[in-house]
Amino acid sequence: MYSFKELRRAAREPAGPGARKIALLGNCATQFLAVAVRGYASLEKIPVTVFDADYDQIEAQVLGEDSELYRFGPDSVVLWLATEKLYEEFLDMAPDARAGFAQGVMDRLEALWDALGCRCGAKILQCNFTEIPDRVLGNYSAKTPGTFTYQIRKLNFLLQEGMAERENVFPVDLLALETELGRESFYDAPLYYSARMTVSTAALPYVAKAVCDVEAALTGRIKKCVVVDLDNTLWGGVIGDDGMDNIEIGELGRGRVFSDLQRWLRQLRQNGVLLAVCSKNDEETAKRPFESHPEMVLRLDDIAVFVANWEDKAGNIRLIQQTLNIGMDSIVFLDDNPFERELVRKLIPEIQVPELPEDPALVLSFLQGENYFETAGRLGVSGDRTKLYQAEFQRVKLQASYRSVDEYLESLEMVGTARPFEPAKFSRIAELSMRSNQFNLRTVRYTQADIRQIREDPGCLTLQLELRDRFGDHGLVGVVVGRETGPGELFVESWFMSCRVLKRGMEEFTVNKLMEAARGRGFKRVVGEYIPTPKNAMVRDIYKSMGFSPIGENRYAMEVDRYLEKKTFIKECAE
Amino acid sequence: MDRKEIMAKVNEIARDVFDNNAVTLTDATTAADVEEWDSLTHLLFTNEIEDEFGITFTLSEVTKSKNVGELVDAISRHLGGN
Repeated sequence: MYSFKELRRAAREPAGPGARKIALLGNCATQFLAVAVRGYASLEKIPVTVFDADYDQIEAQVLGEDSELYRFGPDSVVLWLATEKLYEEFLDMAPDARAGFAQGVMDRLEALWDALGCRCGAKILQCNFTEIPDRVLGNYSAKTPGTFTYQIRKLNFLLQEGMAERENVFPVDLLALETELGRESFYDAPLYYSARMTVSTAALPYVAKAVCDVEAALTGRIKKCVVVDLDNTLWGGVIGDDGMDNIEIGELGRGRVFSDLQRWLRQLRQNGVLLAVCSKNDEETAKRPFESHPEMVLRLDDIAVFVANWEDKAGNIRLIQQTLNIGMDSIVFLDDNPFERELVRKLIPEIQVPELPEDPALVLSFLQGENYFETAGRLGVSGDRTKLYQAEFQRVKLQASYRSVDEYLESLEMVGTARPFEPAKFSRIAELSMRSNQFNLRTVRYTQADIRQIREDPGCLTLQLELRDRFGDHGLVGVVVGRETGPGELFVESWFMSCRVLKRGMEEFTVNKLMEAARGRGFKRVVGEYIPTPKNAMVRDIYKSMGFSPIGENRYAMEVDRYLEKKTFIKECAE
Repeated sequence: MDRKEIMAKVNEIARDVFDNNAVTLTDATTAADVEEWDSLTHLLFTNEIEDEFGITFTLSEVTKSKNVGELVDAISRHLGGN
């Protein structure tokens, strides 16, 4: 972790273009945190500008009509009610009122969330509450509602339930940091009493990281895949030398260390992260433990792509990346061998290659500490995603046996639907907006709350596109958001699609459905725009290829009446 | 480490924290004498001194030191000097 000094130096660098605006509101001094966030973001190349409100101005800033906060126009507002300050408030309450403390703070927070939600579209980054071991009744405090110990725990519980109800509130888990670092190093009493700072300078970089991690996830910088080595990474020992009976997994030797790592990886998979194997082994030997070792937690079903050969790992990782069609920067590579790590880092600078602790016993808590898998929403179809990629291999095999692409596409027996956004799909739509980088015309990121708002806006036209074929259901793979921008004119604010279904005719199907919906709503003209990013060159000319005429730099238009329906092998779902 | 060495190091830290190479601190210097020395940079300054010398100031040392000389005395005390 960076030191506070390093962050302070880096904080002097001006933020790059397109910076996210973060406002810090606290009941304690936030200047150091502002410095730390600026510095951490700068070192991690996340462009941000930070507005740091005066001490204890939360209500004034949030409830004031024309406060500095709203003039700043934040993308995110960090709300930080420090426990130390709450502790004072708690102790100043009449003893018989203390049992209602947690609910009181929660009501205050909900009022702030409501006001922020009404007055600006900023995301709320809500810090949860660290603990103070008050021990007024010793251990007995933990079952006595009138104590601080009881109330602060209750407050954290109410908070997580409250946040779960709100799509625009994202937790900053300070309690996890305090637990990890220990209160001794998290809190610095002289600093608190001299400066009203509730976090030590040693712990501030961790808090800054937590805030920046959430920001990064909100802008779609998320990890989608873990590529793992096998020997001495996923189990102890070398399968090719030691054999099935002697690798350490489960009860044997250090086996439980590896079992727990596998359990955690499986949980990632169950939450939508893809797992891939990249190992120097014979494929058959490498697969055997997954097929028949009784104590293996991970099975072949859990692995989206399994690559075991004697080629170099960088090449194999490229193969995995191309098969999954995801960005290199969304992959984490785990390998116990420093040589392999260095080689992969050198050849693929974008990939994340953690410097794993030498002792396997420390690997799991190390990975948990690094927080690679921050997300801005629950991953929807998650569990099925691995199956989707496995099905993809069957399609690839089938494709090879057909003479023409058309013949192949026809054989897939594809069925598509295009409907306005449905509430049950809001989270998947938001997720897809965060995850799609390549097939994404304007790269606008949406949260569930944004999607709900768009759906309710009568000036918007929305389409969710779903696809299935003879090998399985792809689910919701495409999204279009159109906005009325003038009489009879529909502007396509967003069009993004999962890269899993590229070149199947979904592009044509989508535009056919978009024009049909636009006509149905009485629009005369549809305008599309392409905003270039380092990743979306593949859709640069898509409007042109659909017959739209250029009307400016990267802008295209199509008269609804002149549109000729494009050929596609996707049949409409008969419902 | 003698007082002179401590003072030299403190000056080095001050130039970095106050982001001004022209800053020169003496025993008699107070916050009012340095333009960049405000409540925030004061905290950064004392914090950086703590890190650099591997010491921890008491609350009174942070809040009550009247000038640089008193701060240097405190550092010297923590380092086990006179």
